Amino acid sequence: MRFYSYFPGCSSSDGGAKAYGRSARAVGKALDVDLIELEDWNCCGSTPYSSVDELTSLCIAARNLALAEKTGLDLVTPCSSCYVTLSKANSYLKGYPHLKTKVDEALAAGGLEYHGGVRVRHLADVFVQDVGYEAIAAKAKRNLDGLRVGVYYGCQIVRPDAGLDDPELPQSLDRLVEALGAKAVDFPLKSRCCGSSLIISEEGIALGLIRKLLDSAATNGAECIITVCPLCQTNLDVYQGRVNRKFKTSYDIPILFFTQLVGLALGLDGKELGISKGMVPAKRLLAKFS
Amino acid sequence: MSFWEELSALPGGQNVKSCIQCGTCTGACPNASEMDYPPRKLIALLRAGMQDEVLSSNSMWYCASCYLCTVRCPRGIKPTDLMHALECLAIRHGVATKRTGIPVMYQAFVDNVKDNGRVHELSFMLRYYLRDAKSYLPTRTSPLKPFTAFKLLGMMPIGWGLLLRGRMPLKARKIRGSKDLKAIVEKAESMGGAS
Repeated sequence: MRFYSYFPGCSSSDGGAKAYGRSARAVGKALDVDLIELEDWNCCGSTPYSSVDELTSLCIAARNLALAEKTGLDLVTPCSSCYVTLSKANSYLKGYPHLKTKVDEALAAGGLEYHGGVRVRHLADVFVQDVGYEAIAAKAKRNLDGLRVGVYYGCQIVRPDAGLDDPELPQSLDRLVEALGAKAVDFPLKSRCCGSSLIISEEGIALGLIRKLLDSAATNGAECIITVCPLCQTNLDVYQGRVNRKFKTSYDIPILFFTQLVGLALGLDGKELGISKGMVPAKRLLAKFS
Repeated sequence: MSFWEELSALPGGQNVKSCIQCGTCTGACPNASEMDYPPRKLIALLRAGMQDEVLSSNSMWYCASCYLCTVRCPRGIKPTDLMHALECLAIRHGVATKRTGIPVMYQAFVDNVKDNGRVHELSFMLRYYLRDAKSYLPTRTSPLKPFTAFKLLGMMPIGWGLLLRGRMPLKARKIRGSKDLKAIVEKAESMGGAS
């Protein structure tokens, strides 16, 4: 059994990506990965907070790091945004002493201190690096049987100094799905941006970006797309209908969290994995593996 | 404190002077075409001392934080962080553009986090739409713009779909340590920003 401090993030714990949180736990359990939820964590701050008040955003991210440090475990999150935000806070606190002084003072007001000892990881990294392809494949109960998967990394998991994989042409999750019998289709835009939260206030621009991604995956024959981020999933799934309406296209591509696909291969129940929570129905896909 | 001092104390603000104007950042940016000044030009303006033009532009608000410019920049400038720094400065100086709802949306997000310690998506969205609607009310200087309530109505099918799938919890949950978090936030805010 491997132990980690777990930071689900707002969306995967009690928001639009609940199915991600659920499937992450289920897959973790099947792979002997114990995800121990960080007690009383708060929002990482994400991009909006650091765009409004840089110092306070660092402080609220640091509260989580301080809580995690007490556990002595790596801090693992399934969310790309939490991942990049918490990692960045970590490196800023090391690289900018004048900020560290201020953050220390603010943390002290909440009765906490942080010494820089936490390693922030993405859940995909834990599965691929710590558990490993062979060990996951060895536990598979279903062969994904040539399912054509568009593996979408999105941007934040591979950048800026993430170290998970190449920042522009990542391969690690392609290898994972192939180890489970699926086929990772060519997907040139697999690390391009989905538009992130611009979908809320600048929907037209974000829809254009989403369309490019769907097009890149669809022209290469993807039967589904997997993502590693709640917001990527929301944009590609929830807004797929609006893309179709705006651009007169007819994409019909289920968007799964990578944990859901891995879970299917591990023989877990589609319902437990929350696969039916997608706006784009995944019935055909599920029928294949029932 | 001069603008340069203020900027260079923020992460991302330090290396602007080493830019060689190669344009790699602009070439990498998925939203460059939406910006008043794409990243390369933005840096050129900053260095020419045109901070008012920069801070009131829409450029940094269209940054989606994908960090592609950051991994590609040959000079190690971190344009994504620079964009965040400029956003913070635009807000601090009260000159954030009103031509896009992004600053209002970000503020709504921040306030939502301050309320609950975590983001509650429904109340965050409602707060954004209501505030955005307010900014659409006619004033003496700006005529009536299309009422945002229509935008909110347009979101209903999506909201309904999410609700049916259990993807939109109605109730916000507060963290237990919200008092401590509040103390941390208040302390941080009293320190006058990162600069």
